[in-house]
Parts: sequence; structure tokens; C-alpha cells
Amino acid sequence: MSTETDGKFGEYGGQYVPEALMPAIEELEDAYERYVLENEDGFMDEFRRRLREFGGRPTSLQRVDRLSERYDREVYLKREDLVHGGAHKLNNALGQVLLAKYMGKERIIAETGAGQHGTATAMACAHLDLDCEVYMGHHDINRQRPNVFRMRINGAEVNPVTVGRGTLKEAISETLRDWATNVEDTHYVIGSVVGPHPFPAMVRDFQSVISEEAREQIRERAGRLPDSVLACAGGGSNTMGAFAEFTDDRDVSLVAVEAGGSSLDVDEDRGVAPNSASLSTGTEGVLHGARTRVLQDTDGQIMESHSVSAGLDYAGVGPELAHLVDAGRVTAVNVDDDDALEAFHRLSQTEGIIPALESAHALGYLEAVAGPDADEGDELGDLVVVNLSGRGDKDLETVIEETHERGIANAPDMDVFTGGLQ
Amino acid sequence: MTRANSRALAEAFADGPAFVPYLVAGDPDCESSKAYVEALVRGGADVVELGLPFSEPIAEGPTIQSAIARALESGMTPERFFEFVADLDVDVPLVCMTYYNLVYQYGREETGEPGPEPFVRRAAEVGIEGFVVPDLPAEEAGPLRDACDEYGLDLVFVVAPTTRGERLERIMEQVSGYVYVQARLGTTGARSDVSRATDESLDRLREYDVPKAVGFGISTGDHAERIVAGGADGVIVGSALIDVVADGVENDDPTAEVAARLEEKARELKAGTRRGATASGARSERT
Repeated sequence: MSTETDGKFGEYGGQYVPEALMPAIEELEDAYERYVLENEDGFMDEFRRRLREFGGRPTSLQRVDRLSERYDREVYLKREDLVHGGAHKLNNALGQVLLAKYMGKERIIAETGAGQHGTATAMACAHLDLDCEVYMGHHDINRQRPNVFRMRINGAEVNPVTVGRGTLKEAISETLRDWATNVEDTHYVIGSVVGPHPFPAMVRDFQSVISEEAREQIRERAGRLPDSVLACAGGGSNTMGAFAEFTDDRDVSLVAVEAGGSSLDVDEDRGVAPNSASLSTGTEGVLHGARTRVLQDTDGQIMESHSVSAGLDYAGVGPELAHLVDAGRVTAVNVDDDDALEAFHRLSQTEGIIPALESAHALGYLEAVAGPDADEGDELGDLVVVNLSGRGDKDLETVIEETHERGIANAPDMDVFTGGLQ
Repeated sequence: MTRANSRALAEAFADGPAFVPYLVAGDPDCESSKAYVEALVRGGADVVELGLPFSEPIAEGPTIQSAIARALESGMTPERFFEFVADLDVDVPLVCMTYYNLVYQYGREETGEPGPEPFVRRAAEVGIEGFVVPDLPAEEAGPLRDACDEYGLDLVFVVAPTTRGERLERIMEQVSGYVYVQARLGTTGARSDVSRATDESLDRLREYDVPKAVGFGISTGDHAERIVAGGADGVIVGSALIDVVADGVENDDPTAEVAARLEEKARELKAGTRRGATASGARSERT
């Protein structure tokens, strides 16, 4: 199901950027069509080879026994946490950095929220020998320090963004400004299926390796397609990657799990939405180069979003995902901070996998509709694939602190190691 | 002949090169901001670009970002902006500079769905003559262009140093009022020199019959002189003026004092454009 024409997904998408960037975007459109869509000069072959050798693909599709028992159905995890760097982000970063190299660009810039995309870009740049600068909000720098160290160790510059709340939204704006200044020799590796065309389509194509593998693996393991596929959704790159090859399979339900944060209500006066649920609660607007669903006040000012997970903490969402939700192909749901933390601990304790806080949202939804406290009769079916988009090592500091503050019931007692944190 | 919807705007460029200052409306508060705009007009402004602050100003450098933050903090909204414009006591054309989402959302509660028409209608009501929307390239501008034509307002487009060939053609088909010649790559902000990219851009635009106003980085009367002597029909100055506003905020100076400094800075810039016109005139007579 190709939903795209001319960079538009229904009413969404487009190219809302300063004129100075338009020639670079046209150049990128041309490169995307030639190298990615038509495999000119064997670009896609090289990309796939590097994903295998450098990235460690294919990742496994694992049946998780305790969760299957708990939810009384077959539950499989697509283990994107096993990709080099610890998240699905490398699929896109490697693709774009390689593309920049084919285009003759000398310098790479990127924004990052949780630091996973920045880390993946820094690794890809070291691997392919290109200069790399990453913009990261100061608030995110504080809550995702291990990734800041990893970027620096890979040789990237990390530029703190201090305006606003200092999260992903401000980091994207600042990276766009850098690009507008250095557009002639620089490629902007955007980290999600957001931004002006061709980014949403191109990032989806690089990420669709997730669903390509998962679709084949589940047919091999279970002899059929899944009843549903679950993925967390911030900007939506792991979501689109996990859904892309299933969108034509009309019997497979696709569920995008957003961050419900602490509440779905908005505070218009303060311009704050204490969640990142732009699919569930946002309205149509223009943000960072595209028309999509955004968290905004009635005037059109973009709200400050919130999620315990830095990688989901964004006021917009990819235009194609917004379109698929409007079209009824994808169902948008949300899971709040506390339930995500609880799901984080459950997977860590029962399956020996520490998930990223982002991915924990998808697991939290399974618990909400199929767990022991759920009402009877959910619609996820007997065979469920959850995209485990990343591993949680980067989140440990946040988890320990937040778990303590919120009194998450299933968390282990860490006081003896942290000195109480009071 | 390119389009010109607003007669006031056409006239402002008809009597020699125009000095076009930019301020963010409501920076640091509505009352001071009103005094500042009026001071710039006393200092010789021919057109004033008024920024309606948006939370994600992706084309702006640090100076204007801070001004936008101050204006938002003081409670500026699109509706207050229109009231602010209606209250201004000035006799030069006013151009609204903002980002597309604010244009797109205005009046949505009334109409049920977003679109630029209510914003343009309201702007026309309060006497705005045109718009600059830096995140709206010609490709996406159709609905706003139509609304501007319906209400007799102009839509100014930015031409960047990277804009060439077909892109330039496409923009020049849509532009009206004046073309905003971006003097250099990057974001807005005062600089200490004049970029060579400006001369090259002016050269590319020479054959088009529409006023060319140069902006991005102009901060002194000498810059203005050089740019007008190079063939520009106007100079747009924002950050260098906002620096004066920001200093006033920092030192807690009385509004009247800051206004007097702005008026003086405006006189310097206006005098520069006049000197540039003399040089440019002398040169055209020779050729």
C-alpha cells in the first residue's frame, strides 16, 4: 500500500522549509530516487551489505515464553535492540550517511533526542569516514549521558541546544538552522520519518528492513502472518519500519503506541502538553517542514511535549503515520509514564531483556489490554509481534530515579546501591 | 510585469530605495514595541516588517529567536498582533512576517478546518499590506497566494543565494510587492561585513521588474549604502535594531530612551540607503 504521491500522504507531508534549503532538498530527492529507489551504482546492495556486516542484521524474532504465557497468546519480539548501537536507529543513519557519501557531501549533521540517533549517526560517520556534528537539547543531554559519551568517543561533536525546554523539538530546529547555513557541503541526517519530503519516505525505506525481516521470520516460525504488530511511536521511524511491509496485509492490525506521559490533558495557558501523543490528541498543523499531526494550542503555537522516554518526547509525528491513522489502517493508542516503567521492569525480570523506555511503551500496551487486570476480549489476536526498537542501557539512570519517585510496584529495591536518592 | 496588489507598498519603493526595518511585535511588551515601531518610522522607515512570533522560528538566528521568546513571554498572540497593528499610528505600509502554521491555524475554531483565508482577511482589515512567510516555499504557497489576491495583499518571497534557474522562475511568477533577497546563507543576524553573495543574487534578479530588498546581516549605514549602490531597491534590517531593543531590556532602560536610540539608528540606515542611491544613480547615468 503505497500512500505517497509527490511527497504527500493524503493531506500530510510536503516541504515547508526556508528557500535556502530547497535546492538541497531537490538534490536529495534526486539522489533518493536514483540510489535508493533505483539502486544506481549498487547503492542498495552496498547498504544491505553494510547493514549485515557492520550493523549485525538480520536481527532475530524471538518468542518470549513468559509473556506468551502471561498474555495467553504467542508473543514475539523483533529484536532491534540487537542492532549495532542498541537500536533500530542505525538502519536509517547508515543509509543516509552512505547516501551523503554517494552525493559527495563532506559533513554530516544530525539532531538527537534520546541520543540513539546521534549515536548511530556518529558510528556510521566514523565507519564511513565523514565529519559529524550532533545537536542535542540540554535537558536530553542530562538524562541520556551515556549516549553523549558514546557520540564523543566515536569522534562526533555534540552541540548542546539551550533554547526552550531543550529537547528534540529545539534540537531539530537548530539542526535545520545549521543546514541552512552550510547547505552546500552538508547533509542533514534526520532521525525519524519527519521533516520535508523526501525524508519521511526515505527514512521509512531504510527502516522497512525491520518489517521485511519480521514478515518472513514470523511466517517461518508460526506458518502465518501475525494478527497484530505493535510498535511505539514518537516521530515514528521504528513504527513505520515495523509496519511498512505489513500495510498491504489487511488482516494484520497495526498498533502505534504513543507516550501518554503523565496526562492527556493540555495546559493551554502554559503551552504544555504533558504527553507526546500527537496521533491521539494532536491536530493538523505544520511543523519542521511537513504538514502533520502536532501538539499545538488554538493559535498554532507548538506545545512543549513530555514523556519519561526522551526518544518519544516530540510534539509532532511522521506525516505518513498520521495519514495511516486517519485512513484507519493504523490504530493509535497510548501508554503513560508509569505503565511504561512497569513494563520496562517486567521484561527485564521475566525475559532477561532490558528494553529502551521507548519500546517499553509498546509492551505496556500489551499489559494494558491483555494483562491480568485487563478487561476480557482485546483485539490483538493470538499471534502478536512487538517491535523492540532498542535496548535500555541508556535509560538506567532515568529508570532508577523515576522508579523510586513514582513507587513503581514491580521495580527491584535499588536504595542500597543509590543511597536512597533522597 | 510582476504582480503588485498593494498600492502603498508599490509607492514605498517608487520614490527611491526603501529602508525596511524589522521588529518583533510585542518585544519586550506591546506598549514599548509600539513606541519602537513609531520611532523607526520617524527615523525614516519606508516600510515596516512586523514579526508575529512563532514558537519554532527555524529561519532565525539567536538575536531574533530571543526577541521572539520575549514577545511570546509578554503574551503576544495572532489576535493581539492584529490589535497591535490596528493601534499603530504610522503612515507607512506594514508587512507581517511569520511562519506558516500561525497563518494556517487562525480562525480554525470558526471555520472548522485550517487554511490561510481567515488570517489574510483579518490582516487586510487592520491595514496590513503584505506577508513574508519564510517556511513557505513557492511550491506550497498556492492557497495563501490566492487569499492574498482576493484581499489585495502582497506575498513576498525570499530568494536565497542557492536559488537559481527554474526555482527562481517559479518564485518570480508568484512574488508580489517586493522580493526579499537573502544576502547570505544561514539564519538572520547582524554581521560586520557585506557578503559577495548579495551582488551575485542581485545580478540574477536584474531582469525582473519587481523591487529587490536585501536582508540578512545588514547592520550599518555603510552596509546599506553598499547594497543600494549595488542595485538593490531597499534594505531590510532586523537583528541590528533588535540588538538595541535587547540592550534596553538588559539595562532596564526607559522606553523613551530606547526609542530615541532606535530612531537614531534608523536615521543612520536611511542616510546610508540615500547615499547608495546617489552612487547608483551616478553609475546608471554613466552607463
